[in-house]
Amino acid sequence: MAHTEQEILEGLGVIIEEIVGTEPSEVTPEKSFVDDLDIDSLSMVEIAVAAQDKFGVEIPDEQLKDLKTVQDVITFIQK
Amino acid sequence: MFPTPSVPGGAAIRSFGEYQPSRVVTNADLEERVDTSDEWIQSRVGIKERRVAGPEDSVASMAVAAGGKALAAGGLSPEDIDLVIVATCTPQDQIPNTAATVAARLGIVAPGAFDLNAACAGFCYALGVASDMVRAGSSRNVLVIGSEKLTDWVDWDDRSTCVIFADGAGAAVVSASEENAIGPVVWGSSGERADKIYLRDHKYLWQEGQAVFRWTTTELYKTALEALERAGVAPGELTAFVPHQANLRIIESIAKKLGAPQALVARDIVTAGNTSSASIPLALSRMIGRGELPSGSTVLTLGFGAGLVYAAQVIRIP
Repeated sequence: MAHTEQEILEGLGVIIEEIVGTEPSEVTPEKSFVDDLDIDSLSMVEIAVAAQDKFGVEIPDEQLKDLKTVQDVITFIQK
Repeated sequence: MFPTPSVPGGAAIRSFGEYQPSRVVTNADLEERVDTSDEWIQSRVGIKERRVAGPEDSVASMAVAAGGKALAAGGLSPEDIDLVIVATCTPQDQIPNTAATVAARLGIVAPGAFDLNAACAGFCYALGVASDMVRAGSSRNVLVIGSEKLTDWVDWDDRSTCVIFADGAGAAVVSASEENAIGPVVWGSSGERADKIYLRDHKYLWQEGQAVFRWTTTELYKTALEALERAGVAPGELTAFVPHQANLRIIESIAKKLGAPQALVARDIVTAGNTSSASIPLALSRMIGRGELPSGSTVLTLGFGAGLVYAAQVIRIP
């Protein structure tokens, strides 16, 4: 089942708050995980695992390095 | 056919011992060597300082030191031991094995002696083997040692690995006992992922950090829970969880999934670093020494590492 961009963004906001404690309103599409949200490589794995549970889309480790912004993840999940 | 051995039926850990090299390497020391920081290391792996072997420390000498302490703590003499197992993935030489040398240096005459390589799961594997040997009547007292000199295999210019690995040894004596105090080992492997942790150029420890993190934090709690179930122990009855000291974030992530909020979680990595097969007995011995694990405590162990291999069991503290 397809998710809208807004649904994925809100879902990521909840996931990121749970994992690193960032305020969901801070999680906007243009934000970079590393530079803007201060999320490290291990937390990215936790986000990928949680996103898989929530949206049913597997994000493999090989893919993670290419997903630099919130929008990248939204696009990947929508594909 | 052949006679069936007459045995008490149970196996129990009688005592522990440990050895750490005296040289302390802090995060500040590593900042001088590679582009890293205390904050980065603590937030990624949870280590503040680690012990690094000096020229006087070898895998065998550290094993002898830890094993000797375990014997003394158990009130045993060398002649009581009939089997020595050294779990190590960093033996000084492939030939001869480490265990026979260690036994001889401890004054144990002609015991069975072999090395076991299950990487960072080595202690749990060796403990499982020792427990089964005792319960089958093949041995009465087994000296099980995890000893590693990982820093021989570290690229000190690689900031992703040199901050993690360390040296040390931990030992336990497993003895025949009326009451069984070592639960069934639950073990397994995943050789199709052998490329996730290996020796780069046959020389340097290397791991795919994200893959290892995903594996350990999403799969291994199931092995831990199965070990509890096989031992007939509910998560709420656990005194402590002592997993391989690989990375504090892995440790805490697995601990959260066990449903045992009351259990003390070993954090020995903070001052000991990742010592592979030595990390679990080292942590147990140090926790007992600090009075954190009273006699009779129920503890869940979980080892995991290169292979990939993993193993867990429940033990009762002597």
